[in-house]
Amino acid sequence: MDLLNAIVVLLNFVVIPAASYGAQLALGALGVTLIYGILRFSNFAHGDTMAFGTAIVILVTWAMQAAGIGLGPLPTALLALPFGIAATAALVLATDRVVYRFYRRQKAAPVILVIVSMGVMFVMNGVTRFMIGVDEIRFEDGARFLINATEFRKMTGLKEGLAFKTSQALTIVTAVIVVAALFWFLNRTRTGKSMRAYSDNEDLALLSGINPERVVAVTWIIAAGLAVIAGTLYGLDKAFKPFNYFQLLLPVFASAIVGGLGNPLGAIAGGFLIAFSEVGLTYAWKKVATYVLPESLAPDGLLQILSTDYKFAVSFALLVVVLLFKPTGLFKGKAV
Amino acid sequence: MNLRNILLFAAVFGLIVIEGMTASWNTALGILNMGLISAILALGVNMQWGYAGLFNVGVVGFVAIGGLAPVLVAMPPVREVWTTDGAYRIFFALMVGAGVIAAAIFLNRRLKGRIRALAMTVTLIAGYFAYRALLDPAVEFVESFEPSKYGNIGGLGLPVLLAWPVGALFAAGAAWAIGKTALGLRSDYLAIATLGIGEIIIAVMKNEDWLARGVKNVIGIPRPVPYEVDLQQDPGFLEFAASMGTDPMTASTIVVKLLYAALFATVLLVLIWGAELSLRSPWGRMMRAIRDNEIAAEAMGKDVTRRHLQIFVIGSAICGLAGAMMVTLDSQLTPGTYNPLRFTFLIWVMVIVGGSGNNWGAILGGFLIWFLWIKVEPWGHALMGLITSGMADGALKTHLQESAAHMRLLTMGLVLLLVLRFSPRGLIPER
Repeated sequence: MDLLNAIVVLLNFVVIPAASYGAQLALGALGVTLIYGILRFSNFAHGDTMAFGTAIVILVTWAMQAAGIGLGPLPTALLALPFGIAATAALVLATDRVVYRFYRRQKAAPVILVIVSMGVMFVMNGVTRFMIGVDEIRFEDGARFLINATEFRKMTGLKEGLAFKTSQALTIVTAVIVVAALFWFLNRTRTGKSMRAYSDNEDLALLSGINPERVVAVTWIIAAGLAVIAGTLYGLDKAFKPFNYFQLLLPVFASAIVGGLGNPLGAIAGGFLIAFSEVGLTYAWKKVATYVLPESLAPDGLLQILSTDYKFAVSFALLVVVLLFKPTGLFKGKAV
Repeated sequence: MNLRNILLFAAVFGLIVIEGMTASWNTALGILNMGLISAILALGVNMQWGYAGLFNVGVVGFVAIGGLAPVLVAMPPVREVWTTDGAYRIFFALMVGAGVIAAAIFLNRRLKGRIRALAMTVTLIAGYFAYRALLDPAVEFVESFEPSKYGNIGGLGLPVLLAWPVGALFAAGAAWAIGKTALGLRSDYLAIATLGIGEIIIAVMKNEDWLARGVKNVIGIPRPVPYEVDLQQDPGFLEFAASMGTDPMTASTIVVKLLYAALFATVLLVLIWGAELSLRSPWGRMMRAIRDNEIAAEAMGKDVTRRHLQIFVIGSAICGLAGAMMVTLDSQLTPGTYNPLRFTFLIWVMVIVGGSGNNWGAILGGFLIWFLWIKVEPWGHALMGLITSGMADGALKTHLQESAAHMRLLTMGLVLLLVLRFSPRGLIPER
């Protein structure tokens, strides 16, 4: 019985939150890694792209709620998602046209593009704040829980409850669908193949008659879609606050680099690795330990390895370890 | 310095003088003082970017860690916690922590293969738990001592000016650690690593209350200049104020600000003198050669990674110095106010707009962008007021007027993008 209780606690506080956070990070990191693979720079504006898209989703959600449109038990934000993706895709395509294309034609050094993306970040951040302000916003509606803690306790007779939020289930399901669709697109379609060819060897791809502007445009659209989905899921799971999205930049980049920049599979693995380490190291293991260990060995302290305030330190530490020992990432990215 | 540059500087100072004449000299001098600090920050970032092409996105962290120095140097010590259960034990724990890292590095160099990974993991995990076991009770002891007033280890009670070089040293230490890991890899990696170290330094300063009280803030840090209240009671000063025809209150605040300005200007002049001298020396030529063509410089026998580390540490140290100066100016340390948008990205706008690679350009950018940063907000409000004046009162009007406060981020981003696109060499280009 105690062991079952321990497993339930573990699922409730570590596995489920980390899995949904990992899925959000993976989606964000996929966007970063795609931009890196095709456009060959680290896009610092990615966090604010997520924030911008989510802000649009929230605005559309509000409009739908006011008009009485909903999805029943699922959050209305899902219906608003396509609008957010469309608006964000339009924004990044416009940004590419006005800002990035010039430097691409010039064949500017990657670091210049990074600085340019910093300027874009500033502007997007300003636009997002302008639209929706700086406050924390919760926009989750519909059924809050898939499994409720009290009901679970009643049903199983265990001491510990298991809460599985709709947003968490939704995150994991959506992430699986999106990732499957993305890999199908990259591996099976003509456009996807041309993207991979362009990423592997630009000159060869150009010689084979691949239109670079088309590849770049498709990449931006996909990255925008991934960013908005990741941002919306994160906002449903936790809350929307523009500054938090800016801060997500570090774990997202860490995921992409740990997995190997430019490698989509690596981005997913990196996202889950970062999320599980972050949650695992900042979780107080006392409860689990008291169930598993005999009474005489019960711990006095919280058994928390790191205070939650230092969760950024986890992604940073992983990043440093990977940079020191395997600079190309776990899955052989293209960056050295 | 040619005529054009002198005119540019004159124009920026003219803006500040106009501010002084139209609004008040107090705000104008406030802008000047922060402008001086911004100029020093821009100088530091310009060394990293302009001399060596290093992209540092953690400026905010180096500013913050420099700001720690005035507290640790100038505040009076909290003697009650300096016991073997308190502060001494904390330092012992920190030394143990450093020892563990050193041991791990040693193992990394000496061993190979699987044994290396195993030995390092065991050392680090065991070392971490030993460190926490030593640290935690001591931290609790220190933080429980009069938490509303102290709860920290205090400082050394030394003159606050001494904190400035110490702040530079703190930042240099952090920069060395991060440079050692991330330099020599791709340029983007340094950017992301510095982004991380910036976040972590601020997290540490917010949460480690024993160090500098965290978000409870430290106020009343000693000042290198006299207090306004003392001046207002000094008969000599009252006479001086009367002879100037101003009331003692205004005169005292202005004199204090002028004294700060003189101190900051001295530091800035020393730095620019050193920077210009080094840029023209063989060392400076080597730096620019490395920046312009790393492979050629390496072929000439220059150790590129080492030179990068050197300039990265120097530039960060200057950022730390500026951080210490800023805390001294405010006489308080408020870790909650260190925002990357304000302290990292704004400095970058200064460097790019001023002219990357040119020290005078960075300084000009520092003053100009700081002035704009302060003024864009009231201008935005005025502009929004004008736009919305014809509108009917309602939700949209209130929303627009409230969001005018966010105009500065937008403006700074646009300024950065426009300069990069149409005048990438900045206002005062590199020769």
